[in-house]
Amino acid sequence: MSATMHMHGGIGESIKRKEDARFLRGKGNYIDDLTLPSMLHMAILRSPHAHARIKSVDTSAAGSMPGVIAVVTGELMAQHKLAWMPTLSYDTQAVLATDKVRFQGQEVAAVIAETKYQAEDARDAIVVDYEILPAVTSPEGAKAAGAPLIRDEKEGQKDNHIYHWESGDKAKTQAAFANAAKVVRLHTFYPRCHPAPLETCGCVADVNPATGKATIYMTSQAPHAIRTVFALVTGLPEQNIRVISPDIGGGFGNKVPVYPGYVVATAASLLIGRPVKWIEDRSENLISTGFARDYHMTGDLAVDANGKMTALRVHLDSDNGAFFSDAQPSKFKAGLFHIVTGSYDIPTAHITADGYYTNKAPGGVAYRCSFRVTEASYLIERLVTNAALELGLDQAEFRMNNFVKPEQFPYTSATGWIYDSGDYPKAMNVALEKLGYDELRKDVEARRKKGEVTGIGIASFTEVVGAGHGADFDILGLRMFDSAELRVHPTGKALLRMGTKSQGQGHETTFAQIVAEELGIPASDVAVEEGDTDTAPYGLGTYASRSTPVAGAATAMVSRKLRDKARMIAAHLLEAADEDLEWERGKFYVKGSPDRAKTIQEIAFAAYTNLPEGMEAGLEGVHYYDPPNMTYPFGTYAVVVDVDKGTGQVKVRRMVAVDDCGVRINPMIVEGQIHGGLTEGFGIAFMELITFDSEGNCIGSNFMDYLLPTAWETPKFEIGETVTPSPHHPLGAKGVGESATVGSPAAYVNAVIDALSPYGITNIDMPVTSDKVWAALRSKGVTE
Amino acid sequence: MKVTMRVNGGERTGDVEPRVLLADFLRTNLALTGTHIGCDTTSCGACTVLLDGEPVKSCTLLAVQVDGRDITTVEGLAQGGALSPVQVGFHEEHGLQCGFCTPGMMLVGTALLEQNPDPTEEQIRWAISGNICRCTGYMNIVKAIQHAANVKQAAASAPSPAAVAAGGGE
Repeated sequence: MSATMHMHGGIGESIKRKEDARFLRGKGNYIDDLTLPSMLHMAILRSPHAHARIKSVDTSAAGSMPGVIAVVTGELMAQHKLAWMPTLSYDTQAVLATDKVRFQGQEVAAVIAETKYQAEDARDAIVVDYEILPAVTSPEGAKAAGAPLIRDEKEGQKDNHIYHWESGDKAKTQAAFANAAKVVRLHTFYPRCHPAPLETCGCVADVNPATGKATIYMTSQAPHAIRTVFALVTGLPEQNIRVISPDIGGGFGNKVPVYPGYVVATAASLLIGRPVKWIEDRSENLISTGFARDYHMTGDLAVDANGKMTALRVHLDSDNGAFFSDAQPSKFKAGLFHIVTGSYDIPTAHITADGYYTNKAPGGVAYRCSFRVTEASYLIERLVTNAALELGLDQAEFRMNNFVKPEQFPYTSATGWIYDSGDYPKAMNVALEKLGYDELRKDVEARRKKGEVTGIGIASFTEVVGAGHGADFDILGLRMFDSAELRVHPTGKALLRMGTKSQGQGHETTFAQIVAEELGIPASDVAVEEGDTDTAPYGLGTYASRSTPVAGAATAMVSRKLRDKARMIAAHLLEAADEDLEWERGKFYVKGSPDRAKTIQEIAFAAYTNLPEGMEAGLEGVHYYDPPNMTYPFGTYAVVVDVDKGTGQVKVRRMVAVDDCGVRINPMIVEGQIHGGLTEGFGIAFMELITFDSEGNCIGSNFMDYLLPTAWETPKFEIGETVTPSPHHPLGAKGVGESATVGSPAAYVNAVIDALSPYGITNIDMPVTSDKVWAALRSKGVTE
Repeated sequence: MKVTMRVNGGERTGDVEPRVLLADFLRTNLALTGTHIGCDTTSCGACTVLLDGEPVKSCTLLAVQVDGRDITTVEGLAQGGALSPVQVGFHEEHGLQCGFCTPGMMLVGTALLEQNPDPTEEQIRWAISGNICRCTGYMNIVKAIQHAANVKQAAASAPSPAAVAAGGGE
């Protein structure tokens, strides 16, 4: 008998993925694969200028071109009160510009035509007369005296400042700094990057003119929340809106927000009475949809004479683009950045943040992280390494001496987070051992003596994921719970539906495994569906590593509910008392008589055929899970780099990643997530950059300028694990999708800084490209 | 313009504007939506197909340029319902996550193994370096192609049923 025949597909088994079958055959169902009868195509005209007043929009030539059905302008949208829409951060965003354009790439008009080619031809025939205005491209520019007012349409908005936000204890932190033996400062810019999933965003809006029902197929990581937002924006009754997320070709945060294209396509379908498809091209994706980071960060770390961290002070200037549309829990203006004390027992901290409008694309999405956690992790881990280097301490030892200790959990951080569980020294030790740290450290010294530029970087991150407890975490008031509905059919097969939406994470496999574990139905017998708001229970979606912490917990809980009912049915079938039955995965048996048993399949059949007197038929249920706390995955990453003095080129020689995400449901899928995150982290550290010239022209608007790692550059990874279960999650799982992107950029950059530290170089902003390294070395007089 | 080509072993024709991209022709005219479009600039490789056995990016070829030629798309990899060795490798080694780059990656892997049945890791990484994957980090894609190479070699070295019947092997 083969090993696989024994496999039940429960927790801890690396079963192969169920979703592969269609993807391997080219039979996935991505948004652009969808064709509806009489479907039209939409192309969006975008602003070539970063800041300009619109004097006129002439659509006459475009409107008479072949195949054109309609040209939609801001003026037309305004007539339907749809020229502006609310954002997820309580701001407004232009759907189609009416007064001004505020960033290059902003939506100005749209053409709806019979074919994609015709729509694009006509789009290019629209003539817009602009009066160009000076552009603001940084927070510094935004706060400068005499800076142009970007949001002049907002009542009461006198400058480009969006918000001020604080966390922690200012007075206590000031006092601690006054007594510090040493203060280490790091000013660093986490540049603008982009999640750039391989599939761009798009939708097919299909408003039925007879029924008024709007079915919107959409690349959305959060279809239920989007449905509610659409109801609020358009005034359509929510039961008449159906959002369907088909297969999604990667999301990484890019597909959380509502984009103007979705709204325009839906309005166009409503007005025309035919389905309208809109698919972004790559440049549109990179210049207009949810970017990430763009944080200017200054951190000060106070250390006492014994090498103990005593206080942390951080100020952030956030560049939010033309509209404050960060996709994040609405109460938190800088996301969950206040996790910035990280893995360290720092008694006090104070964080201040100011957000600014600029003439750049809006967005502020979490590129594979939980709402600004990547920025926080990057800052503290860079700061800790810099402090160690400045104090002449070993960066591993300095971390070890300042970690929150295993016995301190649950641990309340200086900014109020309650860490659920952790064992930071253990993960660090596994990483150091895997790396052969002590030997490597000697090797580094030996190589340096020979004139080589080489270094080791460490990052020991702590994440905060799984939003969240609804009392503290909401999006526009919607509490961030999630849900699972489980139906067991008479033949013992099951259908599981959740409020989340996979974008490649393998939910169809992982969540079937939870049912397999809890209810004993083999994973291969459990179909998993997500993404259709007419069929799936309400949930807040998949981002911030929340699917397993929240919907995974809901799946376990609903399975247990069904198991309770199954026990009563089994007792009826076995003519025994409920409490006399024992559960063994897949069956109930009478205590002491294991042969008197009923399998879950037999019980399922009885649920429809032979019930106890008075019991409701069926074996199905739903559970809405509001977690009691966030989960706190952690780990230690270590990187070895070699730097070419002649060219500044950095080569990653080794990358060791030890993750602790609690209990692993499918270890193969977990490792796949880590590989992917380490690669995106590598890209962010060394390659990916969206920048702007002084006129606000976006540089990084295609894959020839916005560089993503290929198989050629990407290092090989050495993976390790520790398991510290979450005490409050029903399965002990914590979520893992984003750990590697959160933790790895600092590890990569710390390795470069360690390599360059003998020359007095303490910072190079990401992406750490060869030219920057070369210039830094040359500035210190280092030549080949 | 009329175009005729062999696609996955069958003759297909169409009447297209000269400017129509091969990727659009395959997806729209032939409904072969397994060929994906990720960047429009020949950078990402999601649209890779085989042209007379060689990987090409179909977003940068016109349909009319391949008139009379032979095209293989992802839909042509499985034979008679059985997955090809490369498809098996991607499944077994978890070489795919969202699946969007997968058709292009598998076609490049297929072409590579035709030319080089036993590639090194470096040769595999070089071969797929024109294709971007945002999910997997490539390690498992490399393993998937190695897995396929092993499957193919095992199949090639196994005695064929006819040889067994004749009382001998190779």
